[in-house]
Amino acid sequence: MEEGFRLIPEQASAFAARYDMLYWFLTGVCGLFALLIVVLIIVFAVRYRRRPDREPEQTNDSMGLEIFWSVIPAILVMVMFVWGADLYLDETIPPAGAEDIYVVGKQWMWKIQHPNGRREINELHVPVGRAVKITHTSQDVIHSFYIPAFRIKQDSVPGQYRTMWFEPTRPGQYHLFCAEYCGTGHSRMIGRVVVMEDMEYQTWLGGYTAETPVEAGRKLFVDLDCASCHESGQRQRCPTLGGLYGTKVQLADGRTALFDETYIRESILDPKAKVAAGFQPVMPTFRGQVTEEQILALIAYIKSLSPNVAVPERSAQ
Amino acid sequence: MSTMPVAIYTREHYLNASYGWKSWLLTRDHKRIGLLYLMSITFFFFLGGAFATMVRLELMTPKGDLFEAETYNKLFSMHGIVMVFLFLIPSIPAVLGNFLVPMMIGARDLAFPRLNLLSWYLYMIGGVFTLWAIVAGGVDTGWTFYTPYSSLFSNTHVVLTVLGIFVVGFSSILTGLNFIVTIHTMRAPGMTWFRMPLFLWSHYATAIIMVLATPVLAITLVLVGVERIWRVGIFDPAIGGDPILFQHLFWFYSHPAVYIMILPGMGVVSELITTHARKRIFGYSFVAFASLAIAFIGFLVWGHHMFVAGESQYASLMFSVLSFLVAIPSAIKVFNWTATLYKGSVSYDAPMLYAMGFIGLFTIGGLTGLFLATIAIDVHLHDTYFVVAHFHYIMVGGMVMAYLGGIHNWWPKISGRMYPEGWARLAAGIVFIGFNLTFFPQFVLGYLGMPRRYYAYADEFQVLNVMSTAGASILAVGYLLPMIYLIWSLKYGPEAGPNPWNATGLEWQTLSPPPPDNFEETPIVTEPAYNYGPDRRTSI
Repeated sequence: MEEGFRLIPEQASAFAARYDMLYWFLTGVCGLFALLIVVLIIVFAVRYRRRPDREPEQTNDSMGLEIFWSVIPAILVMVMFVWGADLYLDETIPPAGAEDIYVVGKQWMWKIQHPNGRREINELHVPVGRAVKITHTSQDVIHSFYIPAFRIKQDSVPGQYRTMWFEPTRPGQYHLFCAEYCGTGHSRMIGRVVVMEDMEYQTWLGGYTAETPVEAGRKLFVDLDCASCHESGQRQRCPTLGGLYGTKVQLADGRTALFDETYIRESILDPKAKVAAGFQPVMPTFRGQVTEEQILALIAYIKSLSPNVAVPERSAQ
Repeated sequence: MSTMPVAIYTREHYLNASYGWKSWLLTRDHKRIGLLYLMSITFFFFLGGAFATMVRLELMTPKGDLFEAETYNKLFSMHGIVMVFLFLIPSIPAVLGNFLVPMMIGARDLAFPRLNLLSWYLYMIGGVFTLWAIVAGGVDTGWTFYTPYSSLFSNTHVVLTVLGIFVVGFSSILTGLNFIVTIHTMRAPGMTWFRMPLFLWSHYATAIIMVLATPVLAITLVLVGVERIWRVGIFDPAIGGDPILFQHLFWFYSHPAVYIMILPGMGVVSELITTHARKRIFGYSFVAFASLAIAFIGFLVWGHHMFVAGESQYASLMFSVLSFLVAIPSAIKVFNWTATLYKGSVSYDAPMLYAMGFIGLFTIGGLTGLFLATIAIDVHLHDTYFVVAHFHYIMVGGMVMAYLGGIHNWWPKISGRMYPEGWARLAAGIVFIGFNLTFFPQFVLGYLGMPRRYYAYADEFQVLNVMSTAGASILAVGYLLPMIYLIWSLKYGPEAGPNPWNATGLEWQTLSPPPPDNFEETPIVTEPAYNYGPDRRTSI
């Protein structure tokens, strides 16, 4: 957060420079058009100002001119559309192997958890030069996770998971804002993003010994008694979960569903909504018994399961 | 200026045809109803302006120091609600449209005069509910009422406010219905569709949106109320609802509503430019059809408010391309207005100054809309001050400029008196300068990343915020001046005569103020609109 007057925020992600290029293109094109109109109005207003000795001269419509000034803007806006859409699609598809960070927004703070279990509030430490994928949700109203220096923003919506990603390019400290109005403390729902050298980041992470989300999820999986059904070889009442993440699941009503974060969450809270084919809707709901963060831990655990590996039995504890 | 020796006091006209409060509150005269609207929306304009002033004062310093956060949130919410629903949407249609639509087509009144009076009563009832909500403690949801905050989290007077807006919506629907039927069925002999002034085309397009879009808003607000009162899961996922559904429904109305707010302004500007440059409009049919194109495409772009809210990428792409398309008819209008000045006889009277100001500010507002239609750029700009600046350039730089220009242009017709030209030019200049100083810095603030609806902000944003607040105080002077000198002119202004601008248009062919039935005899139209030819000499 440098001092001094600036026109654009710092460029601290791989996207920022590409963004700003498009921004300057838009500013240039739109600036020229605005200037053209303003100059024409002033010139006409002065040149043809009302004088007692001059009558207005009526002019005829011109189809050629109308087509000209419809087609030129049409071409220019299509360039803007394609350029903007291209950048947007790049930005929405996270690369494989990105650092997985989970974020839960609530009135009025950001709760953040790293893959090794380290938690922080209203601060996000990330390594420079590595892709970071944020999976986020909200536990009350809609918030919006916004880092101006990275030029990214996405709403955190209760009941849904969203992912966004970025690659920090410059160590430093940057603003983290909530951009969607969320009540009294909206403008307090801010924090900072600390971009660190990779070594530094590892040290920062390393000093931490709490359980990872996968471990926490595994423990919950047993404590909540999920394991008694969802384990291979036991009563065939429900599917085993290993290797399902990212695949399409055939549903009892003939539809298919993508086995992703949202599906797992929905199946925990509303198990009857999308029942897998071949099974009865016998699972009870866990609504009200698990917090958003516990659900994220369960998801992390279920994602970590590989096919054909038996999930832990109760005795494993 | 041609002045006919008709004394305002001796002749019967709509203002002196009857006296007493009953003759106003039970009137069916579209002109009197227009004036009832003028008084009521002026009240709400200054109320909304007072809220804006308090918002700008708080934002002079980065820390939240003047109000509590909760109060600040109520201030910006009530500013938006009052300005959008009680000022901008009714402004030009309900005041100037009411007054001028029948006169411009040569009719004695609107098709349904009683319905017209009912519209005003509904507006007032809705306005009273909203005022009640404000007095009872206000509402803090923003004018957008996003769920689940508005339905289950806010502790303020959401239901009362929503009820007020619900009722006002019916006023808007009835006005739209009245305009459509009137324009279809009550045109004077010879007033073909393509001889109509463009003011009528834009009001026709506006009326279609009012009738088709407003019911969706009404339904949406009812659903918010239902979820809030009875906890039926509609929008809150915790009880089985979908918060994004609300945004789809809300913007399905509220994006077209932006065109309800700007199309009538475009109609006014077409009149002002032709009248005060003494020129036929350049490209009449292009300007007319552009209004309809804007109304039509305007229904298909609502998703551009939701690029970061979680609609699918494909939906975002479609909404982005459609949003770019809607820019083209707007561009066509701007080019045609500008071309109309060419070789004209351009006066610098206040209405023309407002019209030129409108074109400049609307152009900037429209062009910055292109930034927001560009999906990638919108990701960064969404919910920042860039958006605030953009829509104020359209709503205030555009619509309010057009409204003030229109009020000045037709003031001689409405009141029978001229306003003081020098003061009016001064006010137009102050508004233009104050407006730009208020809102231009906000584009920069937005790109720098300052989110909107922030009560306290980071120190580095202060310089631009102070500029904005300074501009707002200049703007306030510019808005207060006309109110003072227009009222003054009611008593002291020189008599205007029927046609002080020597303009075409049927409303100028009758006396000022017009007789209760508008025309002594039904006019017969034999020429196209804006027929400023050599036979209609400029008189100075």
